[in-house]
Amino acid sequence: MSSTVIKPYLRLSGLEPLVVRPETNFVNVGERTNVTGSKKFARLIRDNQYEEALSVARQQVESGAQILDVNMDDALLEGVHAMTTFLNLLQAEPDIAKIPVMIDSSKFEIIEAGLKCVQGKCIVNSISMKEGEEKFIDQAFICKSYGASVIVMAFDEIGQADTKKRKVEICERAYKILTEQVGYDPQDIIFDPNIFAIATGIEEHNNYAVDFIEATREIKQKMPLAKVSGGVSNVSFSFRGNDHVREAIHAVFLYYAIQAGMDMGIVNAGQLQVYSEIEPKLKDLCEDVILNRNNDNNEATEALINFAETVKAKGKVTVKDEAWRNEPVEKRLSHALVNGITDYVEADTEEARQKYSKPLDVIEGPLMDGMNIVGDLFGSGKMFLPQVVKSARVMKKSVAYLFPFIEAEKEERRLAHIAAGTVNEEGAGAAKILLATVKGDVHDIGKNIVGVVLGCNGYDIIDLGVMVSADKILETARREKVDIIGLSGLITPSLDEMVHIAREMKRQNMNLPLLIGGATTSRMHTAVKIAPEYQEGVVHVLDASRSVTVAGSLLSKEQKPDFVKKMYEEYRKLKEDFGNKKVTKAYLKLEDAQQNKVKIDWQKFTPVKPSFIGTKSFIDHDLAEIAQYIDWQPFFIAWELHGRFPQILSDEKVGKEATKLYNDAQALLKQIIEEKWLTAKGVIGFWPANSNGKDTITVTDELSTIVELESLRQQVKKAEGQPNMSLTDFIAPIETGLQDYIGAFAVTIDGIEPHLKRFNEQHDDYNKISLQALADRFAEAFAEFLHYKTRTEYWGYVKDENLTNEDFIKEKYLGIRPAPGYPACPDHTEKYKLFALLDATNATGIQLTESLAMYPASSVCGWYFANPESKYFGIGKIEKDQVLDYAKRKNMEIEEVERWLRPVLEYDA
Amino acid sequence: MDIRKELEKRILIIDGAMGTMIQRHNLEEADYRGERFKDWHTDVKGNNDLLSITQPQIIEEIHLQYLAAGADIIETNTFSSTSIAQADYDMQSLAYELNVASAKCARNAIEKFLASPEASNRSGAWVAGAIGPLNKTLSLSPDVNNPGYRAVTFDEVASAYTEQIKALVDGGVDVLLIETIFDTLNAKAAIYAVKKFFRDNKMQELPIMISGTITDASGRTLSGQTLEAFYTSIRHAKPLSVGLNCALGATQMRPHIEELSQIAECYTSAYPNAGLPNAFGQYDEQPHETAHIIEEWAQEGFVNIVGGCCGTTPDHIKHIADEVRKFRPRELPVLEESL
Repeated sequence: MSSTVIKPYLRLSGLEPLVVRPETNFVNVGERTNVTGSKKFARLIRDNQYEEALSVARQQVESGAQILDVNMDDALLEGVHAMTTFLNLLQAEPDIAKIPVMIDSSKFEIIEAGLKCVQGKCIVNSISMKEGEEKFIDQAFICKSYGASVIVMAFDEIGQADTKKRKVEICERAYKILTEQVGYDPQDIIFDPNIFAIATGIEEHNNYAVDFIEATREIKQKMPLAKVSGGVSNVSFSFRGNDHVREAIHAVFLYYAIQAGMDMGIVNAGQLQVYSEIEPKLKDLCEDVILNRNNDNNEATEALINFAETVKAKGKVTVKDEAWRNEPVEKRLSHALVNGITDYVEADTEEARQKYSKPLDVIEGPLMDGMNIVGDLFGSGKMFLPQVVKSARVMKKSVAYLFPFIEAEKEERRLAHIAAGTVNEEGAGAAKILLATVKGDVHDIGKNIVGVVLGCNGYDIIDLGVMVSADKILETARREKVDIIGLSGLITPSLDEMVHIAREMKRQNMNLPLLIGGATTSRMHTAVKIAPEYQEGVVHVLDASRSVTVAGSLLSKEQKPDFVKKMYEEYRKLKEDFGNKKVTKAYLKLEDAQQNKVKIDWQKFTPVKPSFIGTKSFIDHDLAEIAQYIDWQPFFIAWELHGRFPQILSDEKVGKEATKLYNDAQALLKQIIEEKWLTAKGVIGFWPANSNGKDTITVTDELSTIVELESLRQQVKKAEGQPNMSLTDFIAPIETGLQDYIGAFAVTIDGIEPHLKRFNEQHDDYNKISLQALADRFAEAFAEFLHYKTRTEYWGYVKDENLTNEDFIKEKYLGIRPAPGYPACPDHTEKYKLFALLDATNATGIQLTESLAMYPASSVCGWYFANPESKYFGIGKIEKDQVLDYAKRKNMEIEEVERWLRPVLEYDA
Repeated sequence: MDIRKELEKRILIIDGAMGTMIQRHNLEEADYRGERFKDWHTDVKGNNDLLSITQPQIIEEIHLQYLAAGADIIETNTFSSTSIAQADYDMQSLAYELNVASAKCARNAIEKFLASPEASNRSGAWVAGAIGPLNKTLSLSPDVNNPGYRAVTFDEVASAYTEQIKALVDGGVDVLLIETIFDTLNAKAAIYAVKKFFRDNKMQELPIMISGTITDASGRTLSGQTLEAFYTSIRHAKPLSVGLNCALGATQMRPHIEELSQIAECYTSAYPNAGLPNAFGQYDEQPHETAHIIEEWAQEGFVNIVGGCCGTTPDHIKHIADEVRKFRPRELPVLEESL
C-alpha cells in the first residue's frame, strides 16, 4: 500500500473545489459584483434588485471568473444586510455558487456577516495591521474559525506600503504572526502588496507598477507557499473611460506580474485582453509606462496619453452592435449561430468555404463548434427552445449553401475513384435518428422540435413525417442504417401503435434503441406497456431538451448498458407501483354506477329549442375575428416555455425569450390573416335527443334517422354524494316527457401545406413550428368562437352572456363541448357518428384516419351539451362488465372495444 | 487510552443505528414520557433522545449490545439534542440535560462492559458525542418562492451547538462527532462553536470527528457541494477523522469513500446504511452483505474507522468487526511541505 501524497496547495471551494496549483497559472477573481467598482451593480443593490444583481455575478462566471469578489461598501447601503441578502440569494444559484466567494469589505463586521452565509471555503479580502497587531490577530482568529483564507493588505500602523521594501517588510511580519501565533497554514495566506495607479502625471507614481512586480517576486521567493493577489484595474485608473487602453495596460501589467509570481487578481473577467493580441504600438507604449522605461519627465506617460486620445475618438464611431462583424469568420459564424442571426450567413459561409480546404470542414469546424456552444447553453438552461430553433435556422441555411459544393466534391471523388478503380468509402458520418409520427396520427409539432434540437446537436435526422406505418418505419431504419428510432403521437390510439412497433422490432430481432414521445405518452405507459415488449432500450422522452442527453447516452457504447439497465430498473419499479396502486381503488358494478348517476331535477328544466334543426356550414370564416379567441398559453407550451399567459412575458427567466417569441408570432399571425394563408372551415348541427336513462342518447336527425350515441360511465367508487357521471346524464331521459336536444361541431384550419413546404425549403424550422402551433390555436379559437355563437345565437340557450376571453379559457360558460377521444368520452369511434350527423367531411374536408385522428391536424370536433348542470369530467378507469355492455350496445367485438379503450381499462386486456 | 495511538494500529469500529434498535422495543407514548413527563403538553413519542432521561436502561442496553458486538466507539443518543431540534417537542429547555444524560448512559455502558468477562480481550472504548445536522438549514431556503430566506441564522445555530457541546463535554465524552452533514454551513457553525468553546474556556480541545452525507448518485451533499468541496470547507477543523455516513448503502458509498481516502489529510471513517431502503422504507441488507463490502474497503486501504448507520444492528457491527480485523488501517497520507 503506497502512501498518498498531499501537496500544500491553496484549496478553496464553492459547490465545487478550486485548487490553486503551480500550473494553474493566473486565477481570475470577478470584480463586477462590487458596488465600489461597478455602477450598474451598485444601482441594482441600492434599488433592491437583487435578482438582477445576480445576473451580474452570473455574467462574471460565464466570462471565466474562477472566484467571485463581492463588495457592499457603500455609504448609502446597510452593508451587513446587503452582503447577507446577496450571498444568501447567490447560494440558490448553482451555476454561480459553484465557484468560491471572496468576501470583500473594509468593515470587518460586513466580512463576518458574509462568512456566516457561505458553506464553501472563502477568501476574506482583507485584513491588515493598520490598527495594530492585536486587532489583526483577533480578526485572523475569527477568519480561521470560519475556515477562510485571508488576504493581507500591505498596510501597517504607519500606512499603506508603496515601495518594494515596505511591501516586503510588512508582508513578512504578517506572515510570521499568522503562521506562528494564529496557526494559519501558509498556503491560506494571500498578500495584496497594493497596486496603485500609474501614469497619473505625478512622477512619484511612475514606479508603482515596478514596485508591485518586484515586491511580488521577493515575497514569493521568501514565502513560496503564500499567494499574491491584487486589484488590477487600479493600475490604469488614470485612463478611466477608455476601456481599450485600460485593457491593454491590464494585459501588459499582468504579463509581467504573473511572471514575477502573482497568483490571482481581481479583474473584469469579461474584458481580459490577450497580451499577444494587443496592437504592437499600444503594447510598446504600455510596456514603457508599466516598466517605467523611457519615462524621464513623464515622456512615456505623455506618449500613452496622446495615443489614448486617438483611440478614444475612433472608438465612438463604431456601432456597437455590429462590432462582431470585425471578428474572424469562425467567430462570426459562431456569433450568428448563438444569436440566431441569418443576415450574413451566406457571405460568411462563402468566406469560410474559401478559407477551408473542403466544404465539409466548414460544417465540422466552425459550424459544429458554434452549435456545440448552443448545445451547452441550452443544456445548462441558458438558452431556450425558440433561440435554439433560430440557431438551427442559421445552421441549416449555412449547410444548404454548402450542399452543392459538397455534392460536387463527392462527385469529383466518385469519378476519381471510378477512374482509379477503387471503391468509394465515405466516412461513417454522424449517428442517424429516424423520427416518425405513427400510423393513424397526424400531429407532429413536438416531433419537429425534437428533430431540430437533435439536428442542432449534430445528429443526422431522417424525418418520415406523419401517419407512418410500422413497416415503413422499420424498413427505412434498416435501409438507412439508422442508430435510433423515435416515435411520436398525440392521440390515445397511437399508444397501441407504439406497442405494436416495439413488438415488431423484437420479432424482427432489431437492436436499435426506441424513443417514445408525444403528448399522449407517459413514463408510466412506456414502463407498463412498451418497455416489456422490447428489451433493447425503450426510453420515454419528456421533452426536446431531454432528447439530447438520452440520445447521447444511448449512442455511447460505455454509457448505454448502464443507462438502459437503470432505465429498465426504473420501469420495473414503476410497473410494480402501478400494479400495487391498481388494487387500492374500488369499483362499482355498472348497474350500481348507473343508479348513482347525476341527479338533475328535470321537472324544473325546460329545454331550449335551437334556432334550427340540422346543420350549418361556415366556409372561409374571417380569421381576424377568430384570432380574438386565441388562448396563447398552449402556444408557449408547444415551444416548451411553461407558464401562464400573459405573465410569462414578464417572467424573470424566460420572459425575454417569451416576449420575442410572442412578437414574432404576432407578426406571423398578422401575415397569415392579411395574406389569407389559411382557411377556417366549420360545421355545426343540432338535433332532438333524449337519453334512455342509462348510457345511451337517441338522436333523431333531420331525415328522421335514429342515431344512438353510446357513452361510458365513471365506475370508480365515489365519495358519499358524488355521482358516477356519464355524458348521457346531461340529456333529459325519454320518460320525463321533455324534448331535449344535442349539438355537434367540427372545425378545421386548412391550407397550411404550401407554407410549411416553403419554410422547409428555406430551412426555417422556427417559422414552420410557429405556423403549425398557430394553426392549432386557430382551430381551438374557432371552436371557442362557434361555441360562443351557439350558446348565444344558434342554439340560444344563453341570451345575455358577458364573458371575457379569459373566462372562456377558464371554461366559465354554460354547457360543454366534449370531444370524442378525450376524458369524458374516451371512445374515438363515436367520431364516426359525429361526422355522419354533421356530414363533416363534405362540409369541412376533414378526413378521419384509421386511428380516428383528424386530418388536417389542426382540427377540432365535439358534442354540444346545453344543460346548465353539465360539466367536464374524466371517465377514469372502467371494469370489464361495462366493456361487455358497451360492446353489446355498439355491436362491436369485445377485443376491438378493448383495443380502442385500452387507456381507460381497469384490467389488463 | 489514546485514540490516536489506537488508530495507528488498527481499524476502529464505530457502532450502528440507535433508532433501529429503539424501534425493536415498540415503545408507546407513555414509555417515552415516563413518570417525569407524563403531563407534558405535546406528544413526545419519536423523541428518541428523550429516552436517555426516561428510559436510560434501554439506551444503556443498546450501547452494551454494540460494545459486545465489537464497537470501539459508541455514539451518544444525542442526534437531536439541541434547542433547535427539540423545539419540535417544545423541549428546547431540556437540551443541556439531554446531552448530559446521554453521555452518562454511554459512559455507564462502557464501565459495565469493561467489567464484564466478555471484555477480557478488550482494552477500552470511547464515547463520541453525536452532534446532528439540525432540522433547519443555513444554506437552503425552506420557501421555494423566496430563495434568499433562511429559517435560522448562523448565530442561532452556533449558539445551539455551543450549548450541546458544553453539555457533552460536561457529561464526559471522549470525542465530538459532527455527523450526517447535509448542509456544510451547519457543520461549519458546529466547528465554529467547538473551536470557540474550547478557546473561550481555555481547555484542551477534544478530538473532532466529521462525517458528511452524500445524498444520492449526483455525488453531492444536499446543499450541493461535491465531496472535495465539502472536505475543503471543513478542513480547518483539523479533525481527527473525516468520513461519510447515512443516505447511501455501502455499495453506493464506495466510490466516494475511495475518493475521500485520497484527499483527506486525517483519518477516514465510513458508516453506511444497511443498503438502500425498500419500498416500505425498511433496510434489508443482511449483516454479512454489508460486512463483505466494507471488508473490501479495508483491504484497499480506504478506511480507519467503520461502522453502520440507519438499519444496521449489533449483528451488522459484529460481522463488520470480524471482517476488517484482518486488515491494516489506511495509512495517513504524506503531507508535503513544499509545492
